Amino acid sequence: MNAPFPGEIDRRLLNERSVTGRIGLQMQELDVPYQTLPDAGLLRSDEARLPEVSQPEVVRYFTTLSTMNFSIDTNFYPLGSCTMKYNPKVNEEMAFLPGMAGIHPNQPDETVQGALQLIWELQKDLGEITGLPAVCLGPLAGAQGEYSGLMIARAYFQDRGDNIRTVALMPDSAHGTNPASAAMAGLEVVTVPSDSEGNVDVEALKGLVDERTCVFMLTLPSTLGLFEPNILEITSIVHEAGGLVYADGANLNALLGIVKLGDLGFDIAHSNLHKTFSTPHGGGGPGAGPVLVSDTLAPYLPTPVVDSDGDTYRFGAPEKTVGRVNGFHGSFGVLVRAYAYIRAVGAEGMREVSENAIINANYIRTALSDEFGIAADRVCMHECVLSPQAQKAKGVSALDISKRLIDYGIHPPTMYFPLIVPEALMVEPTETETKDTLDRFIAVMRKINKEIDSDPDLLHDAPHDTPNTRLDEANAARHPYLRWQPDEDLTAAD
Amino acid sequence: MTTPDERRYSDEHEWALVDGNIVTVGVTQFATDSLGDVVYVDLPEVGAEVSQFDKFGEIESVKAVSDLFSPIGGKIVEVNSDLLTMSEKVNEDPYSVGWLIKVETSDAASQLEKLMDAAAYDALTAEE
Amino acid sequence: MTTNISPYIPNTEADREQMLAAIGVSSIDDLVLDIPEAHRFPKLDLRPALSEFDLTAEIGALASRNAAPGEYACFLGAGAYRHYIPSVVKSVVARGEFLTSYTPYQPEVAQGTLQVGFEFQSMICEITGMEVANAGMYDGPTAFAEGALMACRITRRHTIAVLDTVEPRNVQILDAYARHQGIEIVVIGHDDDLPDDAACLMIQSPNQFGVIEDMAALAGKAHAAGALSVASVNPTSLGMFRTPGECDVDIVAAEGQALGVPLSFGGPYVGLFACKDAHKRQMPGRIIGRTTDTKGRVGYALTLQTREQHIRRERATSNICTSTALIGLLMTTYLAVIGRTGFKKVAELCYHKAHYAASEIDKIPGFSVKTEGPFFHEFMVECPKPPHEINTSLLEDKIIGGHDMSDRSNNGMLICVTEVNTRAEIDALVSALLEIGAGR
Repeated sequence: MNAPFPGEIDRRLLNERSVTGRIGLQMQELDVPYQTLPDAGLLRSDEARLPEVSQPEVVRYFTTLSTMNFSIDTNFYPLGSCTMKYNPKVNEEMAFLPGMAGIHPNQPDETVQGALQLIWELQKDLGEITGLPAVCLGPLAGAQGEYSGLMIARAYFQDRGDNIRTVALMPDSAHGTNPASAAMAGLEVVTVPSDSEGNVDVEALKGLVDERTCVFMLTLPSTLGLFEPNILEITSIVHEAGGLVYADGANLNALLGIVKLGDLGFDIAHSNLHKTFSTPHGGGGPGAGPVLVSDTLAPYLPTPVVDSDGDTYRFGAPEKTVGRVNGFHGSFGVLVRAYAYIRAVGAEGMREVSENAIINANYIRTALSDEFGIAADRVCMHECVLSPQAQKAKGVSALDISKRLIDYGIHPPTMYFPLIVPEALMVEPTETETKDTLDRFIAVMRKINKEIDSDPDLLHDAPHDTPNTRLDEANAARHPYLRWQPDEDLTAAD
Repeated sequence: MTTPDERRYSDEHEWALVDGNIVTVGVTQFATDSLGDVVYVDLPEVGAEVSQFDKFGEIESVKAVSDLFSPIGGKIVEVNSDLLTMSEKVNEDPYSVGWLIKVETSDAASQLEKLMDAAAYDALTAEE
Repeated sequence: MTTNISPYIPNTEADREQMLAAIGVSSIDDLVLDIPEAHRFPKLDLRPALSEFDLTAEIGALASRNAAPGEYACFLGAGAYRHYIPSVVKSVVARGEFLTSYTPYQPEVAQGTLQVGFEFQSMICEITGMEVANAGMYDGPTAFAEGALMACRITRRHTIAVLDTVEPRNVQILDAYARHQGIEIVVIGHDDDLPDDAACLMIQSPNQFGVIEDMAALAGKAHAAGALSVASVNPTSLGMFRTPGECDVDIVAAEGQALGVPLSFGGPYVGLFACKDAHKRQMPGRIIGRTTDTKGRVGYALTLQTREQHIRRERATSNICTSTALIGLLMTTYLAVIGRTGFKKVAELCYHKAHYAASEIDKIPGFSVKTEGPFFHEFMVECPKPPHEINTSLLEDKIIGGHDMSDRSNNGMLICVTEVNTRAEIDALVSALLEIGAGR
């Protein structure tokens, strides 16, 4: 695996290694006179049972833990819809410049003009890339961007006195955050079926839009990696019914310099900077989910956005803002990284990114669709969805295939999503992988397919050599054990 | 496990077993086979009223959650509180130790007419 | 062409030709035929690509136009705090295996992230005195809002009572989150009764003026009205002050930034979220649990996932998906390094320095300290003239002054002092204020 040397890894928690008296940091002494303490009743009566470990132990502990992770830096990671592309190291350096990492969010605007200029320029660049020119970089993740976009839609209609628009339409292949965000926005979720080609069923859509339609939420390309051939008709249908069209920008890596969302009739979108724009996933965030809208909807953007008079930059509140979705101005550290990426890639580079993402995904699709089945047998965009039903009939599931990939040092694709594809395996290689890596992936998949006939337990029992084999998730849910408790020994679980 | 004869079944994969005015309710083997390991059951309060075919709770596996719809309407007089700490009993035997709730009703007979017998239920599940 | 445009894209012309041939098309144009032709390949009005050398110069120039604490003495708080971040923290978070991995949905290849997350949850329980915590949320204020919504789900009531000492910005965020769910927000004073349908009472301690609230009394008041108590706390203060757990608070939120996270102009930060064990199935966000593998060895996995959007969709406890795991790692490493004794010591240093500063500032003619109760490291000062004028003068002395609170308090400024403010800095602030007060 990734361990620097073979052998068992010590899995004890920090508190299980603690020894009274050890310290990890030499702290400064008090340099002012000792002050009167508050009443004893206000003070905490016990100590927080944090670890007492020395500094070398801390370093070894976390460094060793890190070796148990797969990551883009160490493994091919074709996780569909997550866009696990290379995270450039120069972006890290830029985000950690003292003038970026050290500034306080409440500093007066005149002391942070560089930061405000960066936000303003990034607003412009993302607006240009998507064709939705009014941008708020505040939302802290895609789901928050979605919710912001839905609040904007509701505010727009309520402002016009159109109060019966309370339905959010979305395809049956939608990502779970879409209906969850819609429910938070007080919208009734209505599902639009897909046709046999994996596209939105346009006739069904016509039957479902009406005067209660607030918004149609669409991921483009879809969660099957397909571009809607009828997209212009779709956005027209929704507009004619008086509704707005929302783009879930999770799959934007297929569209950079290829087409603009604004040109296709979308009114609102969010983008995931931690997908398309190379900012690191960090094991589950932080991300950023800017919300982008047409000029008509600009007054409703969340607050704050950066305005400029050409010389100076300042924060301002959009005229009819839906309000504030986070404590300060957004995930600024993530914005710095995305900004650095866009400046490095540049105007001509954007299209290169998407073209290569599309070529790489189609290369894999062509090589594997016969053996593994494909959700939709046609040209895909930046990802393809395999559907290994023949393998399932032999008693080997998408899960088993995924776990066996781990034995070959490859992170599994996205499993069982979208829900409408049986045994779905969504593969998104991204443009930052070499052809050799793709060829190896293809060879490994073919080898695994043969193992199904010769020795299926290799898959059923996979992965074999990781620090943990398959974990008992039923037990974890039945008997939740969610924090360190004293006097537990390493092998007791329940 | 064969579908017990003396019960009645709903198309939401629940069973009802009558004993005088008290009807015991649970989920079928077919339901637990599809769910996989049951990890949690969200049961109602004792004393609550439920109508026939209304939602009375939820049942969860690791990766899915399903609503529970009562095959019988009435007043809930007992719930299987063992399941709070031992949800695995539902998988062990959904027809005995894995029972969910007991409902009191004076109207059992006419409500049962709206449910299937074992043979009809087996036919339904054979299709699915 | 023989040289690629981008170092981030390995495919050469030769690679592309081979792959296009394998796919069975002659060019990329054949792969985008579904895109409406009129809109295909738009020209993007972006600036040209920069070399890495030029990129670092351009962004370096932007950075140099920001006044960074470090060059300046900083007395600014109000939701984000300047503390010393040990070097170990920065080196750990640079590990590519932590930085560039995904959410741990495949536990066998994510034990690093999962074990760190379990430590994170454990430490939050220890510092807050609460029974169970999740693996992190976006930030303190959104965690606070989610806590109030959780109280509504648990009690099935539709009104949220908020104490008027809660930072108004937190109420704005709550309003955005609650607006479309048929929930009413009512702001009340300490002596007011809770509204009848109150699901919870929201409390912030220290409050927007820096004052420590009597959380136990307020939680009791909520419980007496059949409501839950939801408290937002400053985690550094818990090195000294009574925990929400000790005060019988039901749901706790906090901003974790103060624990090892760079200020970074407001983000990324991490929302801490904890509650009583009885409510754990209503908690939003990811939760990590300990279990065993097929060989009986201890390991960690995401658990109670049926609460979340990817399973429950529109009935999820929250729409949250990507959160702030890496920032959680920063916090976990920080607490590991400063440890049990350091956690107390940081709080004490902040407390004594802040109280020293307050007593010295109070002596300055024209300035008076206006705290209405015990405080931790932030306190209100009434200034002789508008705070923003004072702060402009202070900048000349390379001092970033306190937060302008004049919108809610006459010429009010909220001054924050932490363990990184030396005595010399505090004394310099006092001298400067003396001069400014005297009409410099």
